[in-house]
Amino acid sequence: MAAPMIPAAKTASPRRLLMQRFAESPLAVLGLGTLLLLLGFAALAPWVAPQNPYDIGALEIFDSQLPPGSVSEFTGTTYWLGTDGQARDVLSAMLYGMRTSLIVAVTSVLGALLIGTTIGMVAAYIGGWVDAVLMRIVDLQLSFPAILVALVLLSVLGQGVDKVILALVIVQWAYFARTARSTAMVERNREYVLAARCLNLGSRRIIFRHMLPNCLPPLIVIATIDLAHAIAAEATLSFLGIGVPVTEPSLGMLIANGFEFMMSGQYWISFFPGMALALLILAINLVGDHLRDILNPRNAQ
Amino acid sequence: MLVFVINRLLQSVIVLLVMSVLVFVGIFLIGDPTAMLVSPEATDLERQMVREALGLDRSMLVQYLSFMGNALQGDFGRSFLTGQPALQLILERMPATFELVIVAMGFAVLMGVPLGMLAGMRPEAPSSRAIMALSIFGFSLPTFWIGLMLIMVFAVQLGLLPASGRGPTVEVGPLKLSLLTLQGWYHVALPALTLGLAKAALLIRVTRAATREVLPMDYIKFARAKGLPARRIFGVHLLKNIMIPILTVSGLEFGQAIAFAVVTESVFSWPGMGKLLIDSIITLDRPVVVAYVLIMVFFLVILNLVVDLLYMAIDPSSREKVRD
Repeated sequence: MAAPMIPAAKTASPRRLLMQRFAESPLAVLGLGTLLLLLGFAALAPWVAPQNPYDIGALEIFDSQLPPGSVSEFTGTTYWLGTDGQARDVLSAMLYGMRTSLIVAVTSVLGALLIGTTIGMVAAYIGGWVDAVLMRIVDLQLSFPAILVALVLLSVLGQGVDKVILALVIVQWAYFARTARSTAMVERNREYVLAARCLNLGSRRIIFRHMLPNCLPPLIVIATIDLAHAIAAEATLSFLGIGVPVTEPSLGMLIANGFEFMMSGQYWISFFPGMALALLILAINLVGDHLRDILNPRNAQ
Repeated sequence: MLVFVINRLLQSVIVLLVMSVLVFVGIFLIGDPTAMLVSPEATDLERQMVREALGLDRSMLVQYLSFMGNALQGDFGRSFLTGQPALQLILERMPATFELVIVAMGFAVLMGVPLGMLAGMRPEAPSSRAIMALSIFGFSLPTFWIGLMLIMVFAVQLGLLPASGRGPTVEVGPLKLSLLTLQGWYHVALPALTLGLAKAALLIRVTRAATREVLPMDYIKFARAKGLPARRIFGVHLLKNIMIPILTVSGLEFGQAIAFAVVTESVFSWPGMGKLLIDSIITLDRPVVVAYVLIMVFFLVILNLVVDLLYMAIDPSSREKVRD
């Protein structure tokens, strides 16, 4: 049987409309462009970086602590952003570091989004004591500073990329649970949910196929802004020396490595990774802020 | 009102109990402390004796009760490193952290509230837009990053302010204070600015939102119609009415600032309890970590309670709501 014909839409499709509204803010477009550029560099780090910073054998130890723009006497390569204490090219280390930072942040936000949304929507749909207990746990967690919870968790779990991700998921899920619950509470009483219930559809299907798509916009906004928080949190933990291991340095750890050299005026080892970190966080915030403005139902009308 | 206070107190006690169980179970998850205390060549019998001496052979419930009993008497065990009682170590470092946090919060309020009022009074003016743009920087960039930049500019390039330590201290009874000396203020400047900037950014946003809500009210219009000078309208009528959200947020942020002092203290080698926590985590000095966590939980729960009660005291309408 042929699919029912859908008349050609005279008005723009929702996605098109969203893109148009997004393009209204030049600042947000600038943010998105910067973000995509940084993401591209991070993803392609092994191919675009002048040097593999993990390959200890390739490092010329006499090239350590060179200022930006120096040319190596041994290999003839130019260190555009200088070298660090172990003769690593700062630019290459930065590109690889951004990769680690982004992997940790994106994975932890997705994990928290998945777990938090599920818990929040189930709480809203079932209600009663399940809802009460789950939301008390959320309140309890949100009343403690995230950075402290993550610190204590990592002191129990130990170091490692997977452990940082786990700690960040535990710290972040509650925000998503709260948002998912509050939007699902509104959706729960809409007619389409009642209709689905009348058709005797299963709870799982109603929650995830019918309610979830309608609850997504605020969750996407929170997830975007939370990505910036996750990057900042990971950088902070790694800067303190209890985040990612030395073998997979993130931006935060690179900044920490350069910290001791900064006092003697060798600013570039910390400064450039620091700038990359700031740029990343600000770009995400510009995109997230504008998304919030256009996806907020109060502003849309 | 009384029912609310009792209810709120009960809630706080429950939170404290839940957290103490979580921390206790956390210690169990980390594993068997005997592995740290006996030599690797010890026989099984020796291990067994250590376990019995530490009371680890008893049931979980008995162990929890004795752990709580000791904790309530202020006994959190001794540091593995120095052998001093963990509580004493933390209490010794507490004044330094409080000095830092109080100066930082003072700075945040003195800077955040006037700027927030300015931004709220003329939301479309270029100066207001600039204030809001700067506040985004203040609260999205990580604390340690701001600290690093301040060190680079003020300590390394300009050489104006010290970047580490607390300076000389003056003993006042059992407390060692550094703010009583000029050197102490020099030393606290950069760390407090680092910690305070993010809080100032938040207060700017809260104050701005509150100002925009209050400005269209009739009593402000009436005050204007009466011909009161602007200073009186904004300094008395407006300020009084935006005080509630500002006080609530400042109170809650005070707790957050103590937690974030962990980061600031590490950047500036500030000898407070936050730096002690990081050092203890890195050296696996578990009793100190546990003591710090329990003390912080206790402090945060009390702080939340006090903020809630203060809120009731200054906002009569919230008392009405509770009575209904």
